[in-house]
Amino acid sequence: MSDSMIRLSHVHKYFDSIEAVNDVSLEIERGEVVVVMGPSGSGKSTVLRCISYLETPTAGEVVIDGIRLGIPATDINAVRAEVGMVFQQFNLFPHLTALENVTIAQRLVRKRSKEKAEAVAREQLARVGIPEKADSRPHQLSGGQQQRVAIARSLAMNPKVMLFDEPTSALDPELIGEVLDVMLKLAREGMTMVVVTHEIGFAKAAADRVVFMDEGRIIEVGTPDEILNHPREERTKRFLRQVLH
Amino acid sequence: MTVAPELLEPIRIEVPRRLTWRTFPYWLAGIVLFLVGIGYLIVVGVEYRAAFDFIKRGIALTLYVTFGAFVVGMALGLIAAMGRLSHNVMANNIARFYIEFVRGVPMLVLLVTFAIVIVPDVIDAAGIDRRFFDLTHRAIIGLGTVYGAFLAEVFRAGIQSIPYGQTEAARSLGMSRRQALNHIVLPQAIRNILPALGNDFIALLKDSSLVSILAVRELTQMAKLYSGSSFRFRETYLVLVFFYLTMTVVLSLVVQWYGRRIGTASEAR
Repeated sequence: MSDSMIRLSHVHKYFDSIEAVNDVSLEIERGEVVVVMGPSGSGKSTVLRCISYLETPTAGEVVIDGIRLGIPATDINAVRAEVGMVFQQFNLFPHLTALENVTIAQRLVRKRSKEKAEAVAREQLARVGIPEKADSRPHQLSGGQQQRVAIARSLAMNPKVMLFDEPTSALDPELIGEVLDVMLKLAREGMTMVVVTHEIGFAKAAADRVVFMDEGRIIEVGTPDEILNHPREERTKRFLRQVLH
Repeated sequence: MTVAPELLEPIRIEVPRRLTWRTFPYWLAGIVLFLVGIGYLIVVGVEYRAAFDFIKRGIALTLYVTFGAFVVGMALGLIAAMGRLSHNVMANNIARFYIEFVRGVPMLVLLVTFAIVIVPDVIDAAGIDRRFFDLTHRAIIGLGTVYGAFLAEVFRAGIQSIPYGQTEAARSLGMSRRQALNHIVLPQAIRNILPALGNDFIALLKDSSLVSILAVRELTQMAKLYSGSSFRFRETYLVLVFFYLTMTVVLSLVVQWYGRRIGTASEAR
């Protein structure tokens, strides 16, 4: 068995007759940070959602830390507890406080005691820089703060992998930095991360590899320098010109 | 956000936040004046007082039937809503059958059919002694079954009003389908549909008068008995109107107060 944390082999995903993901194979090592880029509709979010099995691949294989998903022997809930997911729209639970947002899954899934879960939650809220917001409701927080609570919520499960689905796309420009700082810190601490984003700066600072996708396919993969500064493919060049402007 | 308030709105009392001579609810003052007038007649008029004293003995049973049917309806409604939202073809069709069947038959007809035919058949088949289910309880089951179909659609709308991202976030943290529903979706859905549930409760309170056809001695049946023996139809029915209108106006005010409270909370979002 190799040391890969995530292995996608020949993954396809159809929505009705539209092929959103077309034969994607990708192996991600433990501790690696991979940034996925591509125009909208390129299938990058769908690939991410296939890793957490929020979308079931039409064909192909997804293996997380040696566990193959989508077969009866695999308890998908147990796997998902190890795979943190951060959404574009934060998806905080609005009826719960920030602290409760971070404790609820610890208690229900990890079966931690109230005291233990709250201690972990406070620790994680401090880690993302907002320990003082523990008792706030989501609607009382700015977008950047909400997204950081969402990151803390995932981290509290002690995941092996963190997936980020355009985590800053719904944020006002002045709030993007605080979320990227948290992500950068995570990357430096050695978290395995797959990040779908258009933030070139983040990719250059944090990524070990950049994957460029278009029309459901992986067009090219390489170091941030290779992909962002010296792209080989015409489609990558065109996309980067548009993003940089 | 309130869900589907238009589904069944038995009475709608809206007091404007700022009162001017243009926005003043004269109609509500009219209703209150009517109630005060009847109340006055009950206090001073011997015939009204006699009718009132006789009919009021039905109030406990009216409330019992209303609460009982509401509990039955909530349980059936939640189950049917789950069926409607299920991807299981069988569950979905059974729920749909129930909801559409009930909606296609007049409430009165369905109530009698349940009380006189279906409930006795079922308890016979189950081998239960008929004496455990007197007409009052058969009426509660019948009325509850009818309201279950209405409430199913309220629950369904409430659950569907919660964005799917909430379920996805819960599932991605490792929660099971049931945990996500019970801890994330339902608490939010219930909060959103409480005003609609309150309206249905008021509607049910009014519809509980239908069970008088089964000789259940609730308010309406007491009125029928009293007018039949005294021939004081005017006094009897004005007093009966007084009872129902007082209860519905008060409940409607409570529903409106609650709706405003959660309304201001969700505006802040």
